[in-house]
Amino acid sequence: MKLLVAIYVAIVSLVLFDVGLIQADTHTPAEPDSVKIFPPKITALKDTPNDAGTSIDILWELSPSESLFPGAIIEYQIFRASSPESTFERVGAVPAGVSKFSDGGTEPGKPYWYKVVAVGDSQQAASEIAGPGKSVMQWFDRRRKGVLVFVILICTLIAVFIEVAKAKKGKMFLRHLPVFDAIDEAIGRATEMGKKVLYIMGQSDVDDPQTVASMSILARVAEKTAAYGTKLDVPCVWPMAMSMARETVKESFLRAGKPDAYKEDDIYYLTSDQFGYVAGVDGVMMRDRPAANFYLGAFYAESLIFAETGYTTGAIQIAGTAMVDQLPFFVVACDYTLIGEELYAAGASLSGDPIQIGSIRGQDIAKAIFFFYIIAGVVLKLAGINWLETLLRLD
Amino acid sequence: MLMTSGPWVWVAALLTLAIYSFLYKDNPFYKVAEYIFVGISAGYWAIFLWWNYAYPNLFEPLGKGKYMNIIPVVLGLMMFTQLFRRTAWLVRFPLTFVLGVSLGLQIVAAVEGDMVPQLRGTFSPFTPGALFGTYDFWTSVGYIALLVGVLTTLIYFFFSKEHKGILGVGARIGIYFLMIAFGASFGYTVMARISLLFGRLHFLFVDWMHVIK
Repeated sequence: MKLLVAIYVAIVSLVLFDVGLIQADTHTPAEPDSVKIFPPKITALKDTPNDAGTSIDILWELSPSESLFPGAIIEYQIFRASSPESTFERVGAVPAGVSKFSDGGTEPGKPYWYKVVAVGDSQQAASEIAGPGKSVMQWFDRRRKGVLVFVILICTLIAVFIEVAKAKKGKMFLRHLPVFDAIDEAIGRATEMGKKVLYIMGQSDVDDPQTVASMSILARVAEKTAAYGTKLDVPCVWPMAMSMARETVKESFLRAGKPDAYKEDDIYYLTSDQFGYVAGVDGVMMRDRPAANFYLGAFYAESLIFAETGYTTGAIQIAGTAMVDQLPFFVVACDYTLIGEELYAAGASLSGDPIQIGSIRGQDIAKAIFFFYIIAGVVLKLAGINWLETLLRLD
Repeated sequence: MLMTSGPWVWVAALLTLAIYSFLYKDNPFYKVAEYIFVGISAGYWAIFLWWNYAYPNLFEPLGKGKYMNIIPVVLGLMMFTQLFRRTAWLVRFPLTFVLGVSLGLQIVAAVEGDMVPQLRGTFSPFTPGALFGTYDFWTSVGYIALLVGVLTTLIYFFFSKEHKGILGVGARIGIYFLMIAFGASFGYTVMARISLLFGRLHFLFVDWMHVIK
């Protein structure tokens, strides 16, 4: 019986402890009268290196109370002011034993004064005011040397191969993707059925490389629709993407020798709201029943809604995105899908633009280098040599 | 069933049902909800972009004497030149400016955020004696699979050669890795979508109809 009572009391205590009715006595006991909190001493105010000039490092000597009365100090609070006479504002705190704080809220070149307060249970002691300290912007973040090496390598390769592609007038080999034929097939089908082609550029604006790649494919699609006399419908999410799409389509119609057939209103702004746009495009799909749907660009949660709706209308669907999370939906619901970088390669190949083709070739060479870099990295790492990994260190 | 909710809950609930009616087929209720959604969201975004981007980043600093902001103002005004046929070509300047700057910035972000961590993460676990030693069996298998997956997927995305011979074998293995990853991602995302559906059903049954307390 006693055992049962003991178990019952233990369980009830645990439950009460869990809901917070009983609190563990983890707090530092109040200091006895003999305990005295001595102030810390600021030793340096230094600009935080490798940043944009928005941080100052404050270093101090720990309060002697840390060694004289262990556990007496709870934390150090750091205060900042724009002059020694003005009011000091708290900018942060660190636990006892820590003697450095980075104040990340400073403006470049502006002087600041600091004091550090050692805080005990019932006493506190402030250091002398130190200053002025200034933060300075650095041009280079020296920790990112590896990034610099790779950026230079990639940019050099791309620049070199763009020049080579220009010299060869874009006649460089790029692997044929099945989707190249599918684009013509889809537009041909729409023409035969007397229905329109729907082209969706995704949710991103012109600052996304996927939108840029999509424009290259749009140019090809527009040229074909102009040549066949098929209606092209391009609802847009962003005004700038719409302007760029209009320019692209206008040029394509010109190339196809049908400048008069170009209708600006076929490329129109719908809304910048993700699901508002989805509702609008779904309505277009159900009412106008386009025979070919293109989803090329950056897509988010709307990808499956588009692809499913398009599937129910019986349209031939061609998709492509570099958004990894959305690719599975396109793969299962569309007839052809450009996976990741295939979108850029397709854009380059279909445009025939030497700059884009040279860029893809340059990236391919970079990929080959990375391939061997990884193999060399593994072999060296297994042999205990780490310098290939050290080059990639970002911290 | 109490259904004593306020008028805006009713509006939201009826619009939700109108959108769901699309699951049956296109109908007038869906059309009404669609037009309301598109119209209101377009207007909302116009105001949102003004108060969250244009005004605090452009016009407010300009008013405080940051005259460098005149450059984006001019570029922004050039977007309106497309309204007139004779000046429409000027729109290419702001477009190319945005394109060039943003793509240039993204090179560094892509190298730093994606490429370098991926490279490093692929071979950093291969320390001497770690595989099948410090790491347990399945962790070791996972790291080896990661290495093979990265290398073969790189081969798949190589466009300068036909996928024949050894490249063909590598690319085929790479596409298997991609499809396995897509399958996992598909399942994960479907789970997230189901939770969104529960959120809407919760709104309908709890906040609107009060049939579940």
